[in-house]
Amino acid sequence: MNRPGLISIWFFIGMLLLAYGILVLGAGLYDVFVPPADPVVLNKLHAGVWWGVLLIALGAFYALRFSPRKGKK
Amino acid sequence: MPLPPALILAALPQRLMHLSPVDLIIVTLYFVAVLGIGFYLKRFTKTGEDFFLAGREMTAWIAGLSFVAANLGSLELMGWAAAAYQYGILATHWYWIGAIPAMLFLGIVMMPFYYISKTHSVPGYLRLRFGEPARLLSAITFGVMTVLMSGINMYSMALVMRIILGWDIHFSIWVSSVTVAIYVFAGGLLSAIFNEVLQFVLIWLGALLISIIGLIETGGWDGMVARIHQNFPGHDYTHLWSTLGSFSANPMGIEWTGIVLGLGWVISFGYWTTDFLVVQRVLAAKDLRAAKMAPIIGASFKMLVPFIVILPGLLALAVLPEKLTGEAQALATGTHSYNEVLPLMLARYCGPGLLGLGITALIAGFMSGMAGNVSAFSTVWTYDIYRPFRRKEATDAHYVSVGRWCTILGVLVSIGTAYLVMQFLSIMDYVQALFSFFIAPLFGTVILGMLWKRATPAGGFWGLLAGTLSSIGMWLWVKLDPSALRYIALSPQAKDMAENMYRALWSWIICVGVTVLVSLATRPKPDAELTGLVYGCTELPSEGHLPWTQRPIFWAGAVLVVFVILNVIFW
Repeated sequence: MNRPGLISIWFFIGMLLLAYGILVLGAGLYDVFVPPADPVVLNKLHAGVWWGVLLIALGAFYALRFSPRKGKK
Repeated sequence: MPLPPALILAALPQRLMHLSPVDLIIVTLYFVAVLGIGFYLKRFTKTGEDFFLAGREMTAWIAGLSFVAANLGSLELMGWAAAAYQYGILATHWYWIGAIPAMLFLGIVMMPFYYISKTHSVPGYLRLRFGEPARLLSAITFGVMTVLMSGINMYSMALVMRIILGWDIHFSIWVSSVTVAIYVFAGGLLSAIFNEVLQFVLIWLGALLISIIGLIETGGWDGMVARIHQNFPGHDYTHLWSTLGSFSANPMGIEWTGIVLGLGWVISFGYWTTDFLVVQRVLAAKDLRAAKMAPIIGASFKMLVPFIVILPGLLALAVLPEKLTGEAQALATGTHSYNEVLPLMLARYCGPGLLGLGITALIAGFMSGMAGNVSAFSTVWTYDIYRPFRRKEATDAHYVSVGRWCTILGVLVSIGTAYLVMQFLSIMDYVQALFSFFIAPLFGTVILGMLWKRATPAGGFWGLLAGTLSSIGMWLWVKLDPSALRYIALSPQAKDMAENMYRALWSWIICVGVTVLVSLATRPKPDAELTGLVYGCTELPSEGHLPWTQRPIFWAGAVLVVFVILNVIFW
C-alpha cells in the first residue's frame, strides 16, 4: 500500500531478520569455538552459522530496499 | 475416554527442551516487534474502512501472504506434522487438493462478486443477495465458531508450550492473547495483516531448517523413503493416491471419493471461499485485479507449505529412534506422542539461536491464527449484528470504536473458552465438528447465490438452515448410535476425519437441494436488484487490455499445472 508516511512492512521484516541473523550467527560462532557438551544431530554442519548469514543477507536486503529514508530522497 | 486436564498436566513428561538466553532474546524481540508495529499503525487507522478492511489498499502480494498466514496457525503446523507421522504423505491432501483448486476458484470466479458488491463481510454479501435472515444466521454461526475455535487453539497452544518449554499455562494464554488484543485493537485489520506477513516469513525461516537438515541426514528423498520402509515394513507412507482405492488400504481409513468430494469439494471450497477469516484478507486488496491475484499468490505458497509441515513428519518416521504413539498411550507409558513430532525434530537439529527461531515460528503461527479470528469476529459483530440490529445510524467513528472493543470482547471470550476447555476437555471433540456444521452449508448458499440468479431470499435462508440443522442432526445420530456411521460415512470402518468429510458433503447436498426447491416455489428478485451480485446480471471488467502475463487467469493456470504435476509425481 502507498499511503503517505507509511513505512513498508518489508522494512520491518528486514530489520527483524537482520537482528535475528546477528543473534543466530553469534550463537552459531560460539558453538564453533566452544563445542556444546550435548550437541544436536549433524552439529558439524554448523547450521547456525550459515543460517545466520542467510538471515543477515535477507534482512539487509529488505531493510535497505524498503528503507523509509530511501523514499524521502 | 479423555483424561481430565489436571491428570494430563500431572502426567506430563519433563519439558522437551530448554531455551538459552539468546533464544529468549529472539522470542522477546518478536513480541516487541509485533507490538511496535501495532502501535505504529494506530495513527493510520482512523476510519471504518481502515480498521475493518485495512483501507482496501493492500497489494496482491500482501493480501495473498496474509490470506495464507491467517490459516497457518501453530496448531496447523504441529497438527499436520503429527498427521504426517500418523498417516504419512496422505496429510498433504489438505494442502493440495484440499486447498489449491478452491483458492483458484475464489480468485477467478467468486472474488469479482465479493469485490464488486463492496461488501464488508461474507454475511454482508448474504444480506445483499438473500436478505437479513440469511445474514443474521450466518453472522451468528460464524461468530460462535470463531471465538470457540480461537479459545480452543489458545488452550492447545498453551498446553504445547507447557510440554515443550515448561511454561505455565496461564502465562502462555494471557501473554499471547493480550499481545494479539493490543495490536489488533490499535491497528485493526491493517495491523493484523502487517503482522501476518511478518509471521509468515518467520514461520518459514524458523521451520525450513528442519526439512533441509533432515534431508541431509537421510541422504535425500530416496534415502528417507528407504528408511521409512525399513522402520515400518508393510506400510505405505509415501504415496498420495495409490492407496486410496479402499477404506482399509490406508492408515486414514478413507477412500478417494471422500478425499475428492468431501475434502476437495465441500470442505475445501467451503473454507477457502466462504470462511470470512480468510476472505477478509482478500477483500482488503486495492483493486479487483489485486483481489483476484491474492488467492492465486496464496495458492502458490500454500502448495509449498508441506515442505515445512508434512516433510518433518515423514522425516521423523525415518530418523527418530523411538516410535511415537497416540496421546493417551504416550501419557500412560511416559513416551512422546505424535503431536510432539515437530518440537522433537526442532530439538534434534536446532541448537541455541535456531531453537529460539523455531519456537518464535510456533508462537507466530498461533498469533497469526488468533489475530485472524479476532479481526474477523470484530468485523462481523460490528457490521452484521451490532449495526443492523442495535444501532443503524451512527457515525463511522462510533463503529470503529465498537470494532475496537469487540476485539477485546473477542479475546476475552476466547480466553473464557480456553478455561472452559481446561475444565471440560471433551469440548474439544465436539468443536472439531463445528466446521462441518456451519461452513459446508454456507458454501452451498453462497455458490448458488453467485451463480444462479433464480435462487430466492427464502431459498437461501431455508437452504442454509436445513443444511446446518441436518449436519448437526447427522453428528448427533452417530453419537447416539455409532452404527449409523455406515450410512453417514458409507463404511463402518471410517475414522473421525472421514466422518466429518462425508457429513459435510451430505449437508451441502441438503442445503443445495432445499435452496433449489424453495427457490422454484417462491418469487425471485428482479434482475435489476442482482446487479453486482450474481453471474449473468453483472458486467465483469474485461482484462483483455492486459498483457497475458498480468492476467490472473494465466497465473491460475500456471499454478494448476504445477498442482497436477506434483500430484502425479507423488501419486
